[in-house]
Amino acid sequence: MSAHQTALGFSRRDLLKGGGALIVGFSMAGVPAGGALAARGDVAGPFDMSAIDTWIAIHADNTATVYLGKGEFGQGNTTGLLQIAAEELDLDMSQVRSVQLDTNVVPNQGATVSSASIERGGPQIRAAAAEARRALLNLASTRLAMQVGSLVVNNGIVSIDGHQAQSVSYGALLGDKPFNVKFTGTAPQKAITRYKVVGTNVPRVDIPEKAAGTYTHMQHLRMPGMLHGRVVRPRGQRAYGVGAKPLAIDESSIKDIPARIVRKGDFVGVVAENEWDAIRASRALKVTWQETSALPGNADLFTRMRAAKTSDVTIVDWGDAEKAFAKAAHVSTATYYCPYQSHAPFGPNCAIGDVGPNGALVISSTQDIYGSRDMLAEVLSLPVNKVRVQYVEGSGTFGRSCYEDCAQAAAVMSQAVGKPVRVQFMRSDEHGWDDYGPAHLADVRAGIDANGKIVAYQYNGWQHGWLINETTHELVLNTPPKERTTGAMSIPVNRMSTGSMYQIADRRVVSHMVPMVGLLKGAPLRSPLDLSFAFASEQTIDELAVAAKMDPLEFRRKNIGDARWLGVLNAAAQAAAWTPKISGSALGNGDVVTGRGIGLGTHHVSYGAAVADIEVNKRTGVIVAKRLFGALDCGQIVNPAAVEAQIMGQMIQATSRTLKEEVLFDKEGVTSLDWMSYPVLRFGEHPEVVTVVVQRLDEPSSGAGEEVMGATTAAIANAFYDATGVRLRQFPLTPDRVKAALATRT
Amino acid sequence: MEYQITVNGTARTVIANPDTPLLYVLMNELSLKGPRFGCGLAQCGSCSVLLDGVEVRSCITPVADVQGRALTTLEGLPALYAQQKGLAQAPAMHPLQQAFIDVQAPQCGYCYNGMTIKGSELLAKIPKPTEAEIRTHMDGHLCRCGTYPRVMKAIQLASSRIAGEIR
Repeated sequence: MSAHQTALGFSRRDLLKGGGALIVGFSMAGVPAGGALAARGDVAGPFDMSAIDTWIAIHADNTATVYLGKGEFGQGNTTGLLQIAAEELDLDMSQVRSVQLDTNVVPNQGATVSSASIERGGPQIRAAAAEARRALLNLASTRLAMQVGSLVVNNGIVSIDGHQAQSVSYGALLGDKPFNVKFTGTAPQKAITRYKVVGTNVPRVDIPEKAAGTYTHMQHLRMPGMLHGRVVRPRGQRAYGVGAKPLAIDESSIKDIPARIVRKGDFVGVVAENEWDAIRASRALKVTWQETSALPGNADLFTRMRAAKTSDVTIVDWGDAEKAFAKAAHVSTATYYCPYQSHAPFGPNCAIGDVGPNGALVISSTQDIYGSRDMLAEVLSLPVNKVRVQYVEGSGTFGRSCYEDCAQAAAVMSQAVGKPVRVQFMRSDEHGWDDYGPAHLADVRAGIDANGKIVAYQYNGWQHGWLINETTHELVLNTPPKERTTGAMSIPVNRMSTGSMYQIADRRVVSHMVPMVGLLKGAPLRSPLDLSFAFASEQTIDELAVAAKMDPLEFRRKNIGDARWLGVLNAAAQAAAWTPKISGSALGNGDVVTGRGIGLGTHHVSYGAAVADIEVNKRTGVIVAKRLFGALDCGQIVNPAAVEAQIMGQMIQATSRTLKEEVLFDKEGVTSLDWMSYPVLRFGEHPEVVTVVVQRLDEPSSGAGEEVMGATTAAIANAFYDATGVRLRQFPLTPDRVKAALATRT
Repeated sequence: MEYQITVNGTARTVIANPDTPLLYVLMNELSLKGPRFGCGLAQCGSCSVLLDGVEVRSCITPVADVQGRALTTLEGLPALYAQQKGLAQAPAMHPLQQAFIDVQAPQCGYCYNGMTIKGSELLAKIPKPTEAEIRTHMDGHLCRCGTYPRVMKAIQLASSRIAGEIR
C-alpha cells in the first residue's frame, strides 16, 4: 500500500475529485505534506500523547494546526480551544486552525462529553501549546544568537526585545517539519494578567458557514458509488432486553422496488441506489416481529421502579439525618415523578460506512471517535486498528442519541453489500430507538429549625443506569443486555444536585439503581437527571422557605455557606431585580395568574442559578415561561459570548423539558415517534432569556454546557407554586397535570 | 420520469419517481446543501424552500408539483433578495444570514436552512414585523439547541438594516 492509498484501497485523490462539493475526502486541510508528518492519516491512532507533534504542527506560512481531540457540536468548544492555543503560542486567531476528528489523525482526548472540552481538554491544549512555544523559542534563540529570556513573540514572529528588526517567524523556524520534542508539561504558561485572547468574545469559527448554508453537516456527505440504507425495525423500541426478533420477512413485499434486504442476526435493513427507494422499501417490507408486552407503560412505570430489586448506593451520609429530623421545627416530605426524555436531535443521525476486506472507514457524528471504533470493530469482527472513524458534525445531539447505532448500521450494511452505505435514520428511528434520559422517582425529606436553618436532608432516588450495547450491536451479535447499575457510568443520584449547595450537617443521599431490563434504553441526556434532581430537591427547599415564612432568595442566602454559590444566586437575583416576598403569598385572581421562582443547580462542577417569571392559565392549564434569568459561574471563561449562548440554549431546552417533553410508551413499545407525539418548545412559546456570566479568571475552567438546566427547571416549578399556591410533583408540567393539581385545591 | 424544474433561476432536468419528494431531488440529484432532512413529515421546517416566494416543505412536496414554478433554495436566496429589492447585483448573503452571524445565532446550525427561508419570507411580506408577528410566523420551525431568542433578534436586526435604519 503506497502512502497515498487508504486502508480501503482507493486513493485520496479519487475521493477528492468526486465531482460535487459534498463528496467525502479525507480532510487534508492542515495536514502538512512532506517530512515525518506525511504519515498522519495513514496510521491508526491513538498517537503518542507525550510527543508535541501529536498535538501541534507549525506550517511554513506561519500558521499552526492544533490537533484537537474534542468535537464541535455547536457549543463553540473549537473556538475556545483554539483561543487557548493561540494565547499560549502568541498567534492571532487567524493563524490557528483545527482538523476533522479522525482516529488516524487526532489524539485521543477522550469523548466530547460532560461539558469538559474546556475543563479537561483545555489544560492539555494549553500545556501542549506552551511546550511548542518553548521549543520554538529555543530554535529562535539559536537562530538569532540571543538568550530565550530576551526574545518576544507577536503573531508568531520572534524578535529580540527592543530590536524588532532582528526577528524570525515560527514558519521559518519549523515550517512543516516535526518538533521531535517531548511533551513534558513543564513549559512555563502565560500569566493570566497577560491574556489577550482568552477571556474575550472571539466570534465562533463555525458560524459564518452555518449561516451561509455552506457548512457540511454529516447529513450532507456523499461518497462515490455509495448506496442508501435504512434500518427496518418495529416502530418504537420495546422493553430493553427483548430486542427485535424478526420471525418472518416477506421478500416479495418489496419486489417492485429496486432495493435489497440486508439481514445479519436479528438486524434487518434495506439498501438501494436511490434514497427514496430505500425509504419506500423500509416502509413496505413486511416483517413479522416477535410480539412482546414486557413494558410497564407510562401508567405503571413508577410502581414498577419502586418495586424493582435495586442495587443501593449511599452517595452521601453525613451526620445523623434521622436524629436531626426528630429535632426539626418543620419537616417537608414529598415524592416526585420525572419522565423519560429523548435526545431527539433536530436532524436524525446519519452515518456512512465503507467496509472492505482490508478495513473499514466509518464517518458519523459520534461524541467519541475512539470509543466508536472499539464498538465498530466488535460489530464488524475486525481488528481495532483496521477501523478508521471520522467525525463530522451533525445536528445537535445533547448526549448519546442514535449516532453509534446509526454508524454501526451503516457499517454492517456496507460490509454485507461490499459498497459504501449511507444510513440516514428516519424521524421515527431516532425518536423511537433512542437511548433515553432515564425516568426518575424521588422521595425527598428535609427539615428546618425554628430559625429557618436547614438541619436535616434526605434524598432517595430511583433510576436505571446506562452503558448498553447499541441496538445494532445487540441485533447483529445477539449480545445479552448490558448495563451498569453501579459506579461512575451508571448515572447514580448526583450529590452535587441534591442539596450540596446548602450547609447541612446531617444529610443523606441514596441512589436506588433499578435494572434497565424490562424498561427503556437509557443514556446520558444533557445534564443527566439533574433536571429531575433539581425539580425534587429545590421544590423541597422552597417549601421549607414557605414554612419558615421567608423569601425564597433570603432563605437560600441564609443556608448557603459557599461564596461561589452565593455569587451566582445573587447574580441571577440581581439580573431579575428580585423583590422579597414569601412564595405563594399573593395569589392573583382571574384565569391567568403570574408567578416568580428561583432555583439552584449544577451538573458536576460549576454553579448555576435561575429566576423564572411564568404565567399560568388556570382554565386551560397552559404554563407560559415569559422571562428567564440565568447565571453561571464556571471558573475561568475562555469565551464569555460562547458561554452566554450556552446558558441561553440550556434555559430554552430546560423549559422545553420541564413543560413539554415526555417519552410515551405502552406495554408493547414506545409511541413517541415524531414531533407531534413528542412535542418540544416551539418558537412562539419561547421565553425571553437574560444571561449572566460570572467570570473568575483565576479559577480553573469548569463545564458550561449543562449547569443551568436544573436551576431553570427548579425556578419554573417554584414559580408555579408562587402563582397558584399549589405544588406540582410530576413533570413535564402539562396542561392536564396543571388542571388536575389545581382541581385538588378547589 | 423526467421533470423540468426551475431551481434558483436555472432550468434543470431531473429523473425521479413521480412520488419522490422534492427534498431528495434537491439533495441527491442537484447536490444542494440548503434543504435538509429533519422529519419527512412537514413538522420541523428543516427542508423548507420557497415556491413562487412562499415557504413549503420539500419533504412532502412531490417533485411533479413544482414544474413550471419558481423554486428558490437557500443557495438562491441572495439572488431572490436582489430581485425583490431591484438590486443590480446579488449580495453574498441575504441580510438575515449576515444578521445570524452578527448575533452569533446558530449553534449546531442544522435548523438554519428553515429559519433563514422562513425568516426571509416574513421580511419580504412584512418588512417591519412585530415580535408577535415573528413568533406566529416562525412557529412552525423547531430549534433543538434553543436559539429561538437569537433568531428573533436577528430577524429584527435584518429588518432594521433592510429599512436602512441602521447599517
